[in-house]
Amino acid sequence: MQVSMTVNGRVRKADVEPRLLLVHFLREHLLLTGAHVGCDTSQCGACTVIVDGRSAKACTMFAVQADGSTITTVEGLAANGQLHPVQEGFWDQHGLQCGYCTPGMIMSAVNLLQDTPHPTDRQIREGISGNFCRCTGYQHIVNAVRQAAGRR
Amino acid sequence: MAAPVLPKLVGERVRRREDPRLIQGRATYVDDIKIAGMQHLAFKRSEVAHGRIRSIDTSAAAAMDGVEAVLTGAQIAELLAPMPIGTPFPSPPHRAVAVDTVRYAGEPVAVVVARDRYVARDAADAIVVTYDVLPAVVDPELAMTGTPTVIHPDFPNNLAVALVPSGTGVSADGTVDDSAIDAAFTQAEVVISQRMVNHRLVPNAMEPRGVVAHYEPGKDAMTIWSSTQNPHILRTMIAAMTGMGQDQVRAIAPEVGGGFGAKINIYAEEYVAAVVTRKLGIPVKWVEDRTEAFVATTHGRDLLAYVDLAATRDGKVLGLKMRIIADIGAYNMLLTAAIPTLTMLMANGTYDIPAIRTTLTEVFTNKTPTDAYRGAGRPEATYFLERAMDMLARELKMDPAEVRRRNFIAPHRFPFATQMGAVYDSGDYEKALARALEAAGWEALRAERDAARTDGRLVGLGLAMYVEVCGIGPSATLPTGGWEHSQVTVERDGRISATTGASPHGQGNETTFAQMLADQFGVPMEHVTIRHGDTDVVKQGIGTFGSRSQAVGGTALHMAGSKVKAKMAKFAAALLEAHEGDIVFENGRIGVRGAPASAKAFADVAAFAYIPVPLPEGLEPGLSDEAFFEPSNNTYPFGCHITMLEIDRDTGEPTLLKLVAVDDAGHLINPLIVEGQIHGGLAQGIGQAMVEEAVYSDDGQLLTGSFMDYALPRATDFPTFELHATVTPTPVNPLGAKGVGEAGTLGSTPSIVNAAVDALSGFGVTHIDMMLRPEKLWRIINRT
Repeated sequence: MQVSMTVNGRVRKADVEPRLLLVHFLREHLLLTGAHVGCDTSQCGACTVIVDGRSAKACTMFAVQADGSTITTVEGLAANGQLHPVQEGFWDQHGLQCGYCTPGMIMSAVNLLQDTPHPTDRQIREGISGNFCRCTGYQHIVNAVRQAAGRR
Repeated sequence: MAAPVLPKLVGERVRRREDPRLIQGRATYVDDIKIAGMQHLAFKRSEVAHGRIRSIDTSAAAAMDGVEAVLTGAQIAELLAPMPIGTPFPSPPHRAVAVDTVRYAGEPVAVVVARDRYVARDAADAIVVTYDVLPAVVDPELAMTGTPTVIHPDFPNNLAVALVPSGTGVSADGTVDDSAIDAAFTQAEVVISQRMVNHRLVPNAMEPRGVVAHYEPGKDAMTIWSSTQNPHILRTMIAAMTGMGQDQVRAIAPEVGGGFGAKINIYAEEYVAAVVTRKLGIPVKWVEDRTEAFVATTHGRDLLAYVDLAATRDGKVLGLKMRIIADIGAYNMLLTAAIPTLTMLMANGTYDIPAIRTTLTEVFTNKTPTDAYRGAGRPEATYFLERAMDMLARELKMDPAEVRRRNFIAPHRFPFATQMGAVYDSGDYEKALARALEAAGWEALRAERDAARTDGRLVGLGLAMYVEVCGIGPSATLPTGGWEHSQVTVERDGRISATTGASPHGQGNETTFAQMLADQFGVPMEHVTIRHGDTDVVKQGIGTFGSRSQAVGGTALHMAGSKVKAKMAKFAAALLEAHEGDIVFENGRIGVRGAPASAKAFADVAAFAYIPVPLPEGLEPGLSDEAFFEPSNNTYPFGCHITMLEIDRDTGEPTLLKLVAVDDAGHLINPLIVEGQIHGGLAQGIGQAMVEEAVYSDDGQLLTGSFMDYALPRATDFPTFELHATVTPTPVNPLGAKGVGEAGTLGSTPSIVNAAVDALSGFGVTHIDMMLRPEKLWRIINRT
């Protein structure tokens, strides 16, 4: 099936199998390998991207469902050579170790801050509770999101 | 003009150099690798836990469009010998792909090679296997009776390791003298006896395993990328199993998304990928699905122990018995049989116990094999001992801190040879305990707990000490050798490149090691590059496990750096017409002590070393050297974890209110990274105590076989951890660094269970087996 979507500001068209997952379309067809696959049951959130302004687990959508959508992946977050404040926060606060969950975690945090620009720590923890991290115990991630929200 | 003064970096909270690629989606993990012509592997796995393969029909799979090959266990067996292990214990043959019998659900029975991962999966699903189902056994104590089944014919009663005694009265030749341990229990005024379970866990690195193998027939050379903790061990094993030379195999650990011990092993899928690419002459990739990972990647823990503690009424421990039974699953993997021996080694804990007797029995069951998982044997020892110490305190109505204090190994007794054969390098346990009590506000917490109880709330306090064995370890203790290797090169332009065999997967070695070299050479950290994870770049190495990167790998780096620096000083001395002993490296310059104006730029000295005209007498050109560091001993970090927990009276749900951790890892290179390591360890220790558990049905099906059923902790499960430290350097290495990666898993788990027992002590409970499932706690609250 033909799909067309805007990914990180570029229109991308392809002929795909109907069953192709969005995450595999991004990774295998567009070579945007920032979104990772960490599970097969939609729990881990490593594949999180922003679809039409909302965070979405790209393993839980087919590429054809994203036809006509506007998508931002972690590769599209930095602009004009400037890291996104959430990326800066993760770097400054050691919000990552192995880095595998990080792109999805960052995209969830971006979505959280869109909805709740000044979250409490509790709201941060709830906002990223759809994303697993096995390395950090989440504390430095909370610090990272708090920094990005301008609450140091 | 004065040169800018470079800040000292060791000991500073430097943000990581790894992060820019990781936070922008620009890192390369195994699944991000593509090679032209690459095919994908998928494994057909057994659905039954124990059975004889009656038939395998691969015809439908082989006929599918895009399928290159389908290979059964028998066909793989023609290419691949049974998989080796790294321990001296006897072991049954373990085929990478089962030939006639399957012994756990998830064991591979066939492999498909196909155009893409979707086709490969479809084809694997189209393979039809029929079994004569045999009885399965999942309870190790039942398995020890040889009923209802014997899993390996040459191992009666399913005993992988029949019984190994250790401790007081057990001599090297195996003779056993019971008099001391018997006397301890005869003299005891109080004896604590408890059966305890340290249950099975699934490691669950967020990146599942994966491998790309590429054999190039024209070169007779193999490159294998794998999500592994130890590429050099992978190279050794792949070479041995394919019959190739180690010079013909290049192993690469690209970005690795966590390991936690489960990526130490060299697995069936890696061997199969290697022999398939060699047979077909095309590159192949295999990436594990998560649900597959739950059964195909080794599990952790799964020990039970009968613990007896003998003491006087004033709280002095006289003797400890620990009869350990390890459920190792269906096969021995690389280190499987050795992991529970670490539980014996560390049974002593932080205490001076006059007599200890441990025994270890390892048992086959129809489950996924166990092997190293963060802490690997030491959290189990800590859990058993610290639960027993807590039970003793409760029995004696003594403050749990006081009963521990009365038994500590005193600071002046280090190095301390334990009853279990360890030699603790350095320690000050009283100090760590005092620091934790003070930081937590122990007395105030007790008042808070008591006030909450007056209000009818179920609040408990828990405390646990731990001592860890890290910096693993001398070569005598590891089948691979226990050293680490590093090469340091000052390049012609004055930049520094260094390699380390300590192949990281989140530990941040590119940062910490660059901090060290920058300080050592007096240059900016931006001028230093640390390379790792590629056996063609890193000449030798062991790998990252046993909290050894800094203590062993960091020391090798320091030693190699020292050699190069000494040589560079000679070149500088020649240029400056000075004595090499007077040469100083600082602020990007090399000069003579007390005469900074004459100093040469670091890069100019480097250039001279590569175009040495005239060549100073006795020197070879160039600035590159290597070091192997063989530690004389392990290191023994320690600490104290205090927790406060509340249990909902109506639902039994536990909530962790507070966690205070004092960890002593010796000198720290980067406290920010150390904090991250401790946080991660705590999260996994808390996870075990409170939410994680691998549960099997009686017929050997993993019931918690996906993230739908196995609770990986989420951000909402944790309070803000409160970290503190004491610093007791190790004399084992010149850095004084002990290692910290696993520590968090040791103290947190028993501390939490101690707190839960404290919270429910009003209901007459003295022990609760993990994990603290609300239903279990609710039943304690509601039993009348």
